[in-house]
Amino acid sequence: MDVLLAHSPVLIIAIPLLGAFLTPLISRVSDKGRDVLVIATLVFVEFLVIILAVDIYLGGLHIYALGASSPLLARPEHHMAPVRIVLEVDAMSILMGFISATVSLAAAIYSVSFMRRDTGKDKFYTLLLLLTAGMMGLEFTGDMFNLFIFLEILSLSGAALASFRTGFVDALEGGFKYMFISAVASLMILFAVGIFYGQYNLLNIAALAQAIQYTTLDKIALALLIMAFIMKLAGVPLHMWAPDTYSVAPAGTTPMIYVASQACMYALFRVCFTLYGVTLNTLTIGWIVIGIGLLSMFVGVTMAVYQSDIKRLMAYHAVSQSGYMLLGVGVGLAVLSDSQALSTYGRQAMGGGIFHIINNAMYKGLLFLTAEALFYALGTRDLNKMGGIGGNMRYTCVFFMIGALAISGIPPFNGFASKLLIYESVYQFNPMLSVVAMMVSIMTLASFVKVFQSAFTGPISPHVRAVKEVPKPMLGGMGILAAIIVFFSLFPGLIMDQIVEPAVEALINQGTYMNGIMGGMS
Amino acid sequence: MTQCISNIPFLAVAALIGTGLSIIVFNRNLIKLVMGITVLEAGVNLFLVGLGYRQDGGVPIYTNACHTNMVLPVPQALTLTSIVIGVAITAFMLSMIMVIYRHTGHIDAKRSRTLKG
Repeated sequence: MDVLLAHSPVLIIAIPLLGAFLTPLISRVSDKGRDVLVIATLVFVEFLVIILAVDIYLGGLHIYALGASSPLLARPEHHMAPVRIVLEVDAMSILMGFISATVSLAAAIYSVSFMRRDTGKDKFYTLLLLLTAGMMGLEFTGDMFNLFIFLEILSLSGAALASFRTGFVDALEGGFKYMFISAVASLMILFAVGIFYGQYNLLNIAALAQAIQYTTLDKIALALLIMAFIMKLAGVPLHMWAPDTYSVAPAGTTPMIYVASQACMYALFRVCFTLYGVTLNTLTIGWIVIGIGLLSMFVGVTMAVYQSDIKRLMAYHAVSQSGYMLLGVGVGLAVLSDSQALSTYGRQAMGGGIFHIINNAMYKGLLFLTAEALFYALGTRDLNKMGGIGGNMRYTCVFFMIGALAISGIPPFNGFASKLLIYESVYQFNPMLSVVAMMVSIMTLASFVKVFQSAFTGPISPHVRAVKEVPKPMLGGMGILAAIIVFFSLFPGLIMDQIVEPAVEALINQGTYMNGIMGGMS
Repeated sequence: MTQCISNIPFLAVAALIGTGLSIIVFNRNLIKLVMGITVLEAGVNLFLVGLGYRQDGGVPIYTNACHTNMVLPVPQALTLTSIVIGVAITAFMLSMIMVIYRHTGHIDAKRSRTLKG
């Protein structure tokens, strides 16, 4: 068990990779065996994430140096700088890791029956596991160049999954758009990495954070990094790919691609808080993040209200919900150098933003899965052709209601807990921001009432007379996410104290992250 | 003078990145977009290699080294990795364009009916 724990940071990335390349081989022997292998891989990853998380909450962050005689030896002897590939997992990384592992598991279980009618499933599961490995790597890496590598793994597998159904031309175009945006974004990141290396001869995030001077070149690098991550997380005005890509990706993979873009949001926070930290002009950068957050919230929801394609509607909501997280954490960033404001409302705002990341991944994932369940059962994504299917698809209807109430921030669901935190704390920073946030929440509710009305209630539409409930594995995938939402709704205080607070602490305390690598040996 | 010469790679980087960006922004032909990405990528790779170059530097191999002045090996390793990734992305995007062409008979992003932004 100790060995497993000591090596878990690398195993969490390596096991999905190994699984990805075993999948096509097992597929040749038996389809059932492959499904079992995929699920078992993801269950094992989830297990490793949980034991690692418990250890991090009890004993502080974990580092893992690849190729060293001991994983804890980040710097070779007689070296001033870490030259090895280093993974560094703190409370914020493991929170994102938990989200990725859980959503991937739910998505894989869901896909087992959703993909029953498709061919080429060996490749599908390979890509799914690669996407998991990419997300995990992006979240755990302690090195700027590996951040680029894992971002590319994530983008390639995400785009291939989005365009998996090559029979539909919209799927191909959505996937192409995603790949194109990702290629440009990752080249920008590579250029920024080049700027860092040229100045400091370092790639490690912790070492860079210690050395960084905030010169003009560093400002250019920051601008490139922020722009690239905003592109990848679909913040308005660089959100154009999101609705096209989310609405065409097959079933379970939509939430995964969404969580992948939240992993990019994590990378944005990591760069702002840990890499630059207080050397930044935090007020300006904070306001930039807040501004993008506000725009995403507002534009996302206004575009969502009038959509008639259910997945497109959900995709715009995904854009709009990202805005809340940017708003919450942006307020924290804006007051980072002002310790009094930070302790009165900055921490609370960041806590709200981070709590919203985990809540949102769960209920948005659930909503994407219910939308796909409707598509699976009815064969259409058009809301105007649906109607009165609540009676035939009871479980899906209940799951949809849980997701819709949570996303609209209706008490007692978890969306309410995190949104309330954001409203309260942001109000003390600037009251107008809170007003916009509440208005967006009301419009979110309005558009979900519309979906509920037109899909589940009312007279049974002639298009959908003989619909049946979706198969059990699909319900199981949705059930996992719904159960987590209910759990979070019942114990928001517990989650806040045990999981979110350490994550906020990890982002604010730049020194802890640096000491993980640089300390102890100097 | 040497200062001037050692800056030439970076001028080339600026030219390549500028060209790449203008191709991406002003073209709607999917193949040309991929070309733009490739040019952009060449610019970034040249930037990385150019950073690691040292005037009159030798090969960075320590066994029987006859130079004390060596070029930096890390940017070369990074560039190699990024070239490999770039090839994968280009191949993937071109294959997607092929299938799109088979479906629609054109590769013009302006005429796409399914993308609404």
